[in-house]
Amino acid sequence: MHNEATRSFSTSASFQMNPPAVITAENLTKSYGELTAVDGISFEVPAGESFGLLGPNGAGKSTTMKMIGGVSQRTSGKLSIMGLDPETHGPEVRAHLGVVPQQDNLDEELKVRENLIVYGRYFGLPLSYLRPKADELLEFAQLTDKAKSRVDALSGGMKRRLTIARSLINEPKILLLDEPTTGLDPQARHILWDWLFRLKEQGVTLILTTHYMDEAEQLCDRLIVVDKGRIMAEGSPGSLIREYSTREVLELRFGSERNATIGRELEGIGERVETLPDRVLIYTNDGESALEQVSARRLHPVTSLVRRSSLEDVFLRLTGRSLVD
Amino acid sequence: MSVLTGGHSATEAARGRTFGPLYSRNALAVVSRGLMAAKSSTWLILVSGFFEPVLYLISMGVGLGPIVGTVAGPGGQAISYAAYIAPALLAVSAMNGAVYDSTWNVFFKMNFAKLYQGMLYTSLGPLDVAIGEIFLALLRGLLYATGFTAVMAVMGLITTPWAILVIPASVLIAFGFASFGMGITSFMKTFQQMDWINFFMLPMFLFSATFYPLSVYPQYIQWLIQAMPLWHGVELLRQISIGSFSPATAVHVAYYLVMIALGIALTTGRLRKLFLK
Repeated sequence: MHNEATRSFSTSASFQMNPPAVITAENLTKSYGELTAVDGISFEVPAGESFGLLGPNGAGKSTTMKMIGGVSQRTSGKLSIMGLDPETHGPEVRAHLGVVPQQDNLDEELKVRENLIVYGRYFGLPLSYLRPKADELLEFAQLTDKAKSRVDALSGGMKRRLTIARSLINEPKILLLDEPTTGLDPQARHILWDWLFRLKEQGVTLILTTHYMDEAEQLCDRLIVVDKGRIMAEGSPGSLIREYSTREVLELRFGSERNATIGRELEGIGERVETLPDRVLIYTNDGESALEQVSARRLHPVTSLVRRSSLEDVFLRLTGRSLVD
Repeated sequence: MSVLTGGHSATEAARGRTFGPLYSRNALAVVSRGLMAAKSSTWLILVSGFFEPVLYLISMGVGLGPIVGTVAGPGGQAISYAAYIAPALLAVSAMNGAVYDSTWNVFFKMNFAKLYQGMLYTSLGPLDVAIGEIFLALLRGLLYATGFTAVMAVMGLITTPWAILVIPASVLIAFGFASFGMGITSFMKTFQQMDWINFFMLPMFLFSATFYPLSVYPQYIQWLIQAMPLWHGVELLRQISIGSFSPATAVHVAYYLVMIALGIALTTGRLRKLFLK
């Protein structure tokens, strides 16, 4: 990132020079028989960016990740990772990647430190490099005193840390993280976020999928929202909120019996009114004044809350509220 | 602290290598992983596979042998019953070891430990994994064969220096079964399906001229058994053990060479289909 800044100064060009793309996907499609898991998506990720794929279950996020890793063949479209096609240069592409799968797949037959060394051997790295590197990563993951433990003796958070440490053994240029913090407690999540920030500072490109909107807001420079294999929206968390939601949201509860009827009476307040079974949401740029308007109509909610709009509002608006499996 | 002090010469060198989509010339990494895992597993399980044929040899050869007396060997000469069945049992043990390693072990690693999924997210290709796993199965086969041959020697069943060749021949037999076994396992989804393998192996063990000559069968049964891989293994080792060679020896060896080639092609194709879909 620093290099890019100096380069754009020295060229004294009137436009901002973008770092070269490390991932380019063009009309990427993946079908399993009748089912189209990924339906013609295109995106570019410049070096050093933290890029998020958001979407409900079955949206095609993991399939996209697998195609980037070269472990799933695309049906059609173009894909280039570090200038290489993962389909024809799988092992070479993966030499640049660190992969953190959705479920930890540590080698349970090996001890903690052995897991790092053996994984490094898969990349063809020599032991003279791997031994100090493994110790360094164990320290980073705060697992130094567990080096000789069996993997199944580790807690969930420790296993996750080991999986991420393992993904860094080959000093990857691109780190693929598939729901990295699912199943972790808040402490462990925050530690991981801190890690990922530091990796990003060192110039690693992060590609992550997540279900947690706060995580996406924290970590992603830019993200795409995918649903049913298609891109619904693309942009930074802030710009998506500006584009697809309002600055604030007023949440009103009238009791589950009355929400639906009162929701209709609230039409006209704010930019948009959404009635849910348990509450009514009013999307507005000024929550307080919307609340005054509600009172002026002599409607008195049991509870009311004004909050800032979040990525969650954008996500639910774009992908709907009904349950998908 | 810099965990990613990028530009490490080692990682750059590893990235500079070029290879196709299936093979990264790094099967050794898979082998060393297997050895490391074996180090921390219980040796008892490893050793149990060695004792099985030894127990058969003692019970059948020592127990049943005196009742049977001598039988006609491959060249027609009379040999003791124990000397007759010992090479056959060695072939069975090579088969069992290789099949166990390449089926149950692989089945577990594929479906439960998710080991191969992890491996294939690195620079390894499916062919590296296949070669590495098959090599490990052969290493175990080599250990068993060496041990069993030593037992044969102790029991006085070895009469010619040619017999030492049963060790590499056992590895050849194990190679044929291991390369095929892994490919077949890749089709299996449940434990019930895995039981079919035993359903196929047990009759092959009992009826492949292991304990008595093929001539007891009617002609068409003989053809059926001669089509099976174990019979070729039994005959090959029996010929080597007494140093009695014939053109059939070459046929037996060729049978296994073809089996190995087909097995590796099948396994690699299946791994590619399963993990690089």
